[in-house]
Amino acid sequence: MSDIALRMEHVYKKFRKGEVYNSLRDFLPALTGKMFRQQELSEKDKRDFWALQDISFEVKRGEALGIIGSNGAGKSTILKILSRIMKPTKGNMWVNGRLSALIDVSAGFHQDLTGRENIYLNGTILGMTKREIDPKLDQIIEFSGIEEFIDTPVKRYSSGMYARLGFAVAAHVDPDVLIVDEVLSVGDYVFQQKCLKRMNEVIREGATILFVSHNMKSVAEFCTRALLLEHGRLAKVGPTQEVISKYLNRSGVDQLVDHESKTVLISKVTIRNNQGDCLGFQSGELAWIDIEIIARKRSSKLSVSLYITDERYQSVFDTSTERLGHGNVTLEAGQVFSCTFEICLNFATGVYHPSVLVYRYDTQTEFDRWAPAGTISVSSDDGVGGIVSCFPRVVREEIRHASTRSENSSTDDLGSQLRCITN
Amino acid sequence: MQEELLELYKYRGLLFMITNRDIKIRYKQSIMGFMWAVLMPILIVMSGIVVRYVYALAVHEHLQTADIASVAVKSLPWAFLVSSIRFACLSLINNRELVTKIYFPKEIFPVAAVMTSLFDLMVASGALLVFLVVTQIGAGQYLLWVPVLLLIMVVLAAGVSMIVSAASLFFRDVKFIVEVFLTFGIFFTPVFYEVSMFGNKAKWLLLNPVSPILDGFSASIARHQSPNLPWLAYSAICAVVSLLVGYAFFKHLEPAFAESI
Repeated sequence: MSDIALRMEHVYKKFRKGEVYNSLRDFLPALTGKMFRQQELSEKDKRDFWALQDISFEVKRGEALGIIGSNGAGKSTILKILSRIMKPTKGNMWVNGRLSALIDVSAGFHQDLTGRENIYLNGTILGMTKREIDPKLDQIIEFSGIEEFIDTPVKRYSSGMYARLGFAVAAHVDPDVLIVDEVLSVGDYVFQQKCLKRMNEVIREGATILFVSHNMKSVAEFCTRALLLEHGRLAKVGPTQEVISKYLNRSGVDQLVDHESKTVLISKVTIRNNQGDCLGFQSGELAWIDIEIIARKRSSKLSVSLYITDERYQSVFDTSTERLGHGNVTLEAGQVFSCTFEICLNFATGVYHPSVLVYRYDTQTEFDRWAPAGTISVSSDDGVGGIVSCFPRVVREEIRHASTRSENSSTDDLGSQLRCITN
Repeated sequence: MQEELLELYKYRGLLFMITNRDIKIRYKQSIMGFMWAVLMPILIVMSGIVVRYVYALAVHEHLQTADIASVAVKSLPWAFLVSSIRFACLSLINNRELVTKIYFPKEIFPVAAVMTSLFDLMVASGALLVFLVVTQIGAGQYLLWVPVLLLIMVVLAAGVSMIVSAASLFFRDVKFIVEVFLTFGIFFTPVFYEVSMFGNKAKWLLLNPVSPILDGFSASIARHQSPNLPWLAYSAICAVVSLLVGYAFFKHLEPAFAESI
């Protein structure tokens, strides 16, 4: 019993779609309307939306569990229920020990207070006492790397500094259970590495971690077990690699059931490298994306579009069969069309989401879209950041004394060092 | 219930931290800064005295020092009540980020609003004390009633604060209704006038649970009398009921806060 850190038992969560009454003017007519028109109840039931259905799992003490799934699968809802911000509609959950959630690390900040005051404020909000914060104060300030601005009101901070201070506080809470939701995307490369290191420390200290991310590489790195969510249901729990491959190669079976009205459907999208493996790619490597579409009715002038978005879902690349000169696909009802895109992943380290779209290119009618259809995790060892890898190298390096213009003539006397790297 | 109170006790550090934050930010970025905490009550007391003086002129009444002191000692608790409720009403809405993203007992917000106002009242009481010494109003054994009166006032403020904060989270209309009550409440509460002016109709005025408390302040400090005990007991009961109802109401709605704010 005591080696279980947290448990969820048949948890359901229902949200109401549509309007929420925020003022009496809206609410009172709605209330009287409800009383007089009982038959509308069924319509109301239709508006209910199950964000989570029958979720049960256990996490052992000291274990790191990854939670993956596409947008809207219910990941954030699970975290909100675990951190007790929301109550489940049905079911139970149980947490053993202090739980700290890095859902939004700077939520507790107040604009008008200084960095130092906010460390105390946010630390207390995250469950520490003043006495616990005092000895860690210097450590927190150092971790954040903004010593010089620590007595400036945080409203003057840049968004990066803001997030760094937030993470610095949250990372020093010493929780029994730590929930991390995509916060690693804050800050620059150096700060991200610092965060990963700190998370490793927290795991070594014996804390239990729940890690939610779109970044399959970090999930694979951190977590021994993972949990896959699909449309609010638990699709798979098990060893990380197995769960990730299931996520990346998800079939279109549930999509077929979901959208009977569509005339053309995407039924399968797989991403692979030359070994047929799909977990990680090197920058500059080739990737093949296999796509299958099924026609329910005769359709012509079909085109399959592939576009790629980055971690923040900003489009970075798009193409289509039609634009590549393979247009005019005509399918009879029941026919399957499959094609494979070959792309060169000239990306920098990061996570990219390919999406697939089927449309009729002359009328621009969209039939089906998988967005995202999977995840491509790219790594490069050449120390680049950003989105595109320009395959850089340093071809010249020089150190010399700074000199004013009048002293320019005597640069040699200053003994400047010059080193050239030639290739 | 017991569990919830224990949890609130566990989070007492956070309550003080939020109160501390609210006190700090209240006077940040103003030139006078903390001086406002003293200046505001002086202005309130002064305006109260002016109103009382004009009233006395109108009815050809000779104004005693005790009458002026009475207005002064009643204005401050009234200002405390108004500021608690006004501040609490928006306390959850203004802390949306914390309500939706981090778990802790949310009654901390309305209670912190009351504590912040209580802090202001304490500062103002210092200024009032100077005033009372200057006017040589003197002290007596009835001053022992002051902490009791204050306690009833705080309990009442906390109860009402919890109700309005939770209600305004769901319906923004509440803040307008509350504002109307707070603005016009002063006409139905003996702040700038005395209960005794109403003779045998006074009981209608005392039905307002705030009236016996304010009258009690006036009696124990300015008039050196015992407060009207039966009516004060009525106020105390109202205050306790408001706290119990307010807490139950708040706790009942709390699970829906994050989704509805």
